[in-house]
Amino acid sequence: MSGPEGNDVFVAELLRGSLDHCVKCTICETACPVSNATPLFPGPKYAGPQSERYRIADEPSVDASVDYCSGCGICSQVCPQGVKIAEINAQARNKLKRQKGFPLRDRIITRPTWLGRAGTPVAPIANFTLHFKPFRILGEKVLGVHRDAPAPDFAGRRFSKWARKRGQNGRPASATGRKIVYFHGCGTEYYEPWEGEKVVEILEHNGFEVVVPKQDCCGLPLQSSGLFDEGRKVVIRLAKALRAHVTDEDTIIVGNATSCTLMLKREAREILSLEDDPDLKFVSERTYDICELLLELHDRGELKTDFSPINETVAYHAPCQQQGHWVGKPALDLLALVPGLEVKEMNARCCGIAGTYGLKAEKYDISMAVGRDLFDQVAASGAPTVACDSETCRWQIAHGTKLPSVHPIDYLHRSYGL
Amino acid sequence: MRRSELHFDAVVIGAGTAGLVAGTRLAQGGARVCVLAKGIGSTHLAPATIDVLGYAPDRVDAPGPALEQLIAARPDHPYALIGAEVVGDALSWFAQIVPSGPMPGYVYGGSLEHNQLLPTAVGALRPSALVPETMANGEASRLQRVCIVGTPALRDFHPSLCAANLERAGIEARAVSLDLKLERADMNTLGLARHFDDEKWRRQFCAELSLALRSDEAVGLPAMLGLRDPHEVLADVEHRLGRRVFEIPTLPPSVPGMRLYEILRSALRAAGGRLVLGAEVTSSEREGDRIVSVSTHAAGRDLIYVAPWFVLASGGFASGGIELDSHWVTHERVLGLPLRGVPAEGEPRFAGRYLDEQPMARVGVAVDSDLRAEGAENVLVAGAALPGAIPWREGSGEGIALASGYRAAQVAAAQLSPTAAIA
Repeated sequence: MSGPEGNDVFVAELLRGSLDHCVKCTICETACPVSNATPLFPGPKYAGPQSERYRIADEPSVDASVDYCSGCGICSQVCPQGVKIAEINAQARNKLKRQKGFPLRDRIITRPTWLGRAGTPVAPIANFTLHFKPFRILGEKVLGVHRDAPAPDFAGRRFSKWARKRGQNGRPASATGRKIVYFHGCGTEYYEPWEGEKVVEILEHNGFEVVVPKQDCCGLPLQSSGLFDEGRKVVIRLAKALRAHVTDEDTIIVGNATSCTLMLKREAREILSLEDDPDLKFVSERTYDICELLLELHDRGELKTDFSPINETVAYHAPCQQQGHWVGKPALDLLALVPGLEVKEMNARCCGIAGTYGLKAEKYDISMAVGRDLFDQVAASGAPTVACDSETCRWQIAHGTKLPSVHPIDYLHRSYGL
Repeated sequence: MRRSELHFDAVVIGAGTAGLVAGTRLAQGGARVCVLAKGIGSTHLAPATIDVLGYAPDRVDAPGPALEQLIAARPDHPYALIGAEVVGDALSWFAQIVPSGPMPGYVYGGSLEHNQLLPTAVGALRPSALVPETMANGEASRLQRVCIVGTPALRDFHPSLCAANLERAGIEARAVSLDLKLERADMNTLGLARHFDDEKWRRQFCAELSLALRSDEAVGLPAMLGLRDPHEVLADVEHRLGRRVFEIPTLPPSVPGMRLYEILRSALRAAGGRLVLGAEVTSSEREGDRIVSVSTHAAGRDLIYVAPWFVLASGGFASGGIELDSHWVTHERVLGLPLRGVPAEGEPRFAGRYLDEQPMARVGVAVDSDLRAEGAENVLVAGAALPGAIPWREGSGEGIALASGYRAAQVAAAQLSPTAAIA
């Protein structure tokens, strides 16, 4: 499949059309994590609306520097004129990479499902190898994955096995419970199955019936590395798998990997030009990030509030992709419900990892420079733990701060006493 | 498209000074508030001084009395609707919340008794009522001899132009261009502000600058004295240079403006208010003379924000809150509210020279004396969306934004909870 070419052009033109609204106010430049950390990326205004005028279909790519955009999306979020800066740059990056060719590395690290399946049965060996310096140096030399980049441990068990044992995969809806289709993503499946277990228990505690369909990657790593055709195949397959379990109007899809839920909601539609895919559209409109859903329930008075105190301090970092949901920062208001918990909001832009960006040998140093502001703020806050909605960001934060980093729902789960 | 409904006591549209102040005041009064904004607002583009009234039409030395005169002469002016007393209250409140914000010790100084005359980037003197401490030493009456310092990497700041114009205003001024070793050929003040946050970098900067300074001159720098702890950065630079130092506002991005945004944003958060960026209001629902809800395109679906009160702080022509279309028709773009001050058919819309008094510039949303929008009784209007002012001629933009945001919150809060109305 080469992708829906006609629609590609149409969507690209729509994104492109937004550049005429740019008034060069520089607000995106104040927010860009990358251009503020390295001179290699000239910034969203320059790489976006300004360079786009010189990018002509069928002509060679004009600016290699756009490869240094991490795709975090903050520029589009803060733009007061509605210019789709990050989306324009994603298209330009795709064109550049198609022209230059994709390194083998990008074809491997963008496939969390392959990696997870390979690593899980041999977790102790795989984990040892991933932390074994000579192997990492080799990996850097041969593949271009930085030797110091954060590498999460394989859990050695798969979340879906736990769910299946519990009878969670597709049992008939009970008469009373509202049904939720749980999209756990690859991070939960292979690396942090306990996060998925907590999601299921919190939702069940609040009276939902949770169904866990067989599922794969959302395609975000492929998309962010510019492998659009491969990304389309993967996300459409996921959309079909999730849709099959949405059997009535009230059923919604919930995920705890905030960048992956954003991929389903918006990024695949806009960046991969899949606005017209019926399965993706159906899924996208029904997908919630876990904190977004829980806060909406609380606002409606439907969330159980039998919380016991947790007398601790936690630093909270809202990842870029969470902010791309355009729903504010629901985790902050949720954490505020836990009695005794002191929440310190970090106001640094980005942790630096941006999915797979910070793994790449040529970008690792940039990603650490981007994250420096956050790491310093965490240290200054004195909090012993950092809460964050995205797993790759948590791994980077743990790497950069040497502190544990957890999903915000961990606190709700503990406070519920589940 | 599926929709989710969210309920609040008040929804504020716009995250510039007016919107953030209205949201914070409402939240401080106990209301459940959500501030919706398409993106970041005017703060990042403006000097972040609070200019209440600088010209009326001659330069104003004492904004308090001049404000009374303006209110008496111009009942259609936003200040006449807000009232001089509320302007004063709003300023005091603001001066109080700044030091309790995220930048310890950073304060705004000044009053309605005297305008402070501060140099602009081109060396003109601009009157402001409240100014951040980092600019206070630039007050013209305190300047005898001054050295304006720039660096070639900062293309939009020309120390010699600034100094030459200060000379014309009777201040002994000279310029120094410091060839700093920087990581890139072109920098903006934000990049330099991040360097100033670093103590080691500051030490090096001050050591190099010291060599170029004469014994008795103050130092004017483009506004870049750090984002995290400007109070400490100013004290440190003054200590190392052994003289008074001040910031001069620059072209965007405005470092003091980014500080102001962080101060207001964290005040909103501390009061329990929510802020949603990337949330352009795309439609609204009405019942008779009331707006029932507004909606935004969130990722994947529309969110409907239902509230008994709305504050419209979406700005004027500059931010796109009001537009003039290609058929010469003006619109308020968020809620479609009626406008006031639109020049009648055949009347002049624009004056010939750019900086002249432009009739079109007075256009704003039609409001009553409580800032209520005409035809939408539960919508209060604040900031540049208000009609009747020409902020860039009057030097009144931030004053109107702050005071009208404060006043709008007062009106809504009194209705939301008459017994616990905020002062």
